[in-house]
Amino acid sequence: MTISKLLLAATAAIAFSAGVASAQETLKIGTEGAYPPFNNLTADGKLEGFDIDIANALCDEMKVKCEFVTQDWDGIIPALQAGKFDAIIASMSITDERKEKVDFTGKYYNTPSAIAGPKDSDLKGVTKADLAGKTIGVATSTTHFNYATQTFTDSEIKGYPTSQEFLLDLANGRLDAVEDDISVLEEWLKTPDGACCKLIGQPEPQPVEIFGEGAGIAVRKGETDLVNKLNDAIKAIRANGKYKEINDKYFTFDVYGAES
Amino acid sequence: MSSYWTLISWGPEGWLDDIFHGVFITVALAAATLPVGLAIGFFVALAKQSREPTLRLAGNIYTTIFRGLPELLTLFLVYYGVQIGIQELVRFLQPGASVEVNSFVSGMVALGVVFSSYASEVFLSAFKAIPRGQYEGGYSIGLTGGQTMRLVILPQLVRIALPGLANLWLILLKDTAIVSAIGLSDILRQTGIAARVTREPFLFFGLAALLYLVLAIISSIGINQVERAVSQSEAKR
Amino acid sequence: MTAVTHTVDVDDIPPRAREWTRERIVGTSLLGLWLIVFIALVVYLITAWNPELFQRWAPAYWNGLVTTLQLVFVSIILGAILSIPVAYGRMSKNRVASALAYAYVYFFRGTPLLAQTFLIYYGLGSFRLQLETVGLWVFFREAWYCAILAFTLNTAAYQAEILRGAIQSVPKGQWEGGAALGLHNLQILRKVILPQALIVALRPYGNEIILMIKGSAIVALITVPDLMGQTRLAYSRSFDFQTYLWAALIYLAIVEALRHGIEWIERSLTRHLVR
Repeated sequence: MTISKLLLAATAAIAFSAGVASAQETLKIGTEGAYPPFNNLTADGKLEGFDIDIANALCDEMKVKCEFVTQDWDGIIPALQAGKFDAIIASMSITDERKEKVDFTGKYYNTPSAIAGPKDSDLKGVTKADLAGKTIGVATSTTHFNYATQTFTDSEIKGYPTSQEFLLDLANGRLDAVEDDISVLEEWLKTPDGACCKLIGQPEPQPVEIFGEGAGIAVRKGETDLVNKLNDAIKAIRANGKYKEINDKYFTFDVYGAES
Repeated sequence: MSSYWTLISWGPEGWLDDIFHGVFITVALAAATLPVGLAIGFFVALAKQSREPTLRLAGNIYTTIFRGLPELLTLFLVYYGVQIGIQELVRFLQPGASVEVNSFVSGMVALGVVFSSYASEVFLSAFKAIPRGQYEGGYSIGLTGGQTMRLVILPQLVRIALPGLANLWLILLKDTAIVSAIGLSDILRQTGIAARVTREPFLFFGLAALLYLVLAIISSIGINQVERAVSQSEAKR
Repeated sequence: MTAVTHTVDVDDIPPRAREWTRERIVGTSLLGLWLIVFIALVVYLITAWNPELFQRWAPAYWNGLVTTLQLVFVSIILGAILSIPVAYGRMSKNRVASALAYAYVYFFRGTPLLAQTFLIYYGLGSFRLQLETVGLWVFFREAWYCAILAFTLNTAAYQAEILRGAIQSVPKGQWEGGAALGLHNLQILRKVILPQALIVALRPYGNEIILMIKGSAIVALITVPDLMGQTRLAYSRSFDFQTYLWAALIYLAIVEALRHGIEWIERSLTRHLVR
C-alpha cells in the first residue's frame, strides 16, 4: 500500500506525480464499510454492497481498475482531501455544505430518510410533536443527523460513529427511535436482529437543502476531468442496463429516483 | 446465527484471522514507536538536566505540551493537522501533487511524542540518581563528554530507568488502542468491526480485552528477563 | 602573622560574559523553533477566526467541558471509595482476598480504558433481558452511567495501587510505635500512617486525575457529549481545523492548572519537612 515519503524524498517523487491527479490506471475509492446494504465488510475482510458493485461497474466503463480503501465516516472527507483516495463512493449525499469542500458527480441514487423504532413503540407518527421527549439515534456527520438536530428539537439526539452502533442500541432498547436511509433500515429489519423493530414512517417534508439531491461520488475540488468521466460512466451504466441489474440485486424498487 | 465457535474460527467465516492481523498491527505499532520514543525522550531528558537554561526551557515546553494533551487529540492533530500542513507546503512548492501521511506513521509519531515526554521524566529522575562522581571519573581518565555518556553513564542509566520504562511500555501497548479512531486495523478496530457485523459485542470486546492482557503478560515476562540480564553486571550492593 | 593594616579595594572580577557554547546554540535554536510554532499558531487562529463558528460552537464546547469535568470528578471520587477495599485486599494476608484484588487490579490496569468502556457499554448492553430481570437495565441503558462505571472501575484499580504503595512506603517502625502506645490498628492507620502516606501519594493522585481528564476523551465514542465529542462534531460540520486547536488549548489549560494546583498543595503540606 502507500508508504509516506519524507518531504525531501517526496519533492523528487512529485516530479513524477505532478499532473497525475486524475488519469490513472487505478482509481482509489474510499468507502466506509459499515453501511449495509450499500457498503459493508464481510468476515473475510472483503467489501460488498450496492456502492461497491456500482463502483466496480463504473470502473469497468472507464476502463480503470478499482482499488477500495475503508475509512471511518467522520474522517472520510479530510482523507479524500489528503489524497488517501481519489473518490468517495459511500452513499454520500450531495449537499451544499459538502460542496464547499469537495466536488460531486451527479447522483447515482436517491432514497428518502425514514425512522424506525421498536415493535411495541407507541409512536403514532414522525413529526416533531410525536417524537418530543424521545431518544433518537443517528449517525454523526450525516444528513440525517443534521435533519434530526434541526427538526426534532424536543427530542434527545444521540450521535453514533456508524449506523451499526445505533441499530445495536435500538435492538437492546437504549433508543426510542433511529433515523437513517430507508433502504438501510429496511435491510436491517429483515435480519434476525431487526426482528425487534419496525418502520415508523418517513419525515415530511425532506428539504433538499438538508438532505441534498441524492447520493453522489465525491472527488477533490477542481478535478473536473474525473467528475466528467464518472458522470459519463454513470449515464452509460444506466443506459446499458448494468445499473438495473445491480439495483435489482439489492432492492425491489428503483433507487435512482426521479431523473434530475 | 452461526455458533460462537464459527465466529472466532480462522478463515473466511471466522473473524480470528482478522483479529490476529489486528494483534500484529498493535505489536508492530508499539515496537516501531519504542525506539523513536526512547531516543527522543533521552535527548529531551539531556536537555532538561543541562546547565543551559534555554535548553531546559525548550525541553520543558515539549514535555508540558505532550503530557498535557489527550493522546486522542494529539493523534488527530498529527493525522489531520500535519497532513494539512504538509499538503499545503507541497502544494505551495508543486501544485497538483499530493503527499500522503499514512495512518501507521501518524500513529507512530503521535504515540512516539507522547511516549517520549513521559520517558524523558523517567530518564531525568534516573540522571539525578547517578552521582556526579561518575562524570568526573570519566573526565579524569581522559574520556570526552560523549564517550563518558556512552561508556559510563548510559549503562547505569538504563538499569535505573528500566522499571519506569517498562511501565511506559505497558501503557504504550494500551495506548495503541486509540489508533482505531483513525482507521488503523489494530486489535480494537478489528474486534469492533467484528462486533458490529456479527452483533456480538460482548464476545468480541471481551476477546479484545483478553488479547491485551495476554500481550501485557508476555511483555512482563520479557521485561523480567531484560531486568535480570541488565542487573547481572551490577555489583552486589 | 601581622595584622592587616589597610585594605585595598579590589573590585570583584567582572563576570564572564555567557559564551555561546554548543548547548546554548542548540537551546536557543530549539526555543526559536518553539517560538515559530507558537507564532504560527496564534497567526493561524487569528486569521482563521470565524465569529460565526465561535457563536455556533462555543456553547457546545462549554457544555462539553462541563460534562468532562463532571465525569472525571464523579469517577475519581467513587473510584477513591472503591479503591480502599481493593488496596486492603492487596495488602491482606488472606489468600482469597489477595488473589481477587490482584486479579481486579491486573485486569483494569492491563487493558485499555477504551476496550473496558466498549465492553461495558456495548458488551453488557447486549444482555438487556438478563439485566432487566435483575432490575439493572435502567442503569446500563444510559451511556452516562456506563461511562462512569467504566471510569470508576478503572481509576479504582490505579488508586488502589497508589494507596498501597504510599502506605507501604511508611516505615514499619511507625506501626510498631503506634502498637507500643496501645493503639488499635485502625487508629494507627488513621492518626499515624495515613498523614504520612498521603504526602507520598499526593503526586501520583494528581497524575491520576490528569490521566483521567485526558482519558475522558474517549467517551465521545459511546455518545457521551464531552469536550472531545463536541470538538469532533464541530469539525465534522465545519471541516475547520481550528476546532481541534481550541480543544487542545482548553485541555492544556486545564491540565496545567491542575498540575500547578497539585504542586502548590504539595508545597504547603510538606513545608514542615526537610527535603
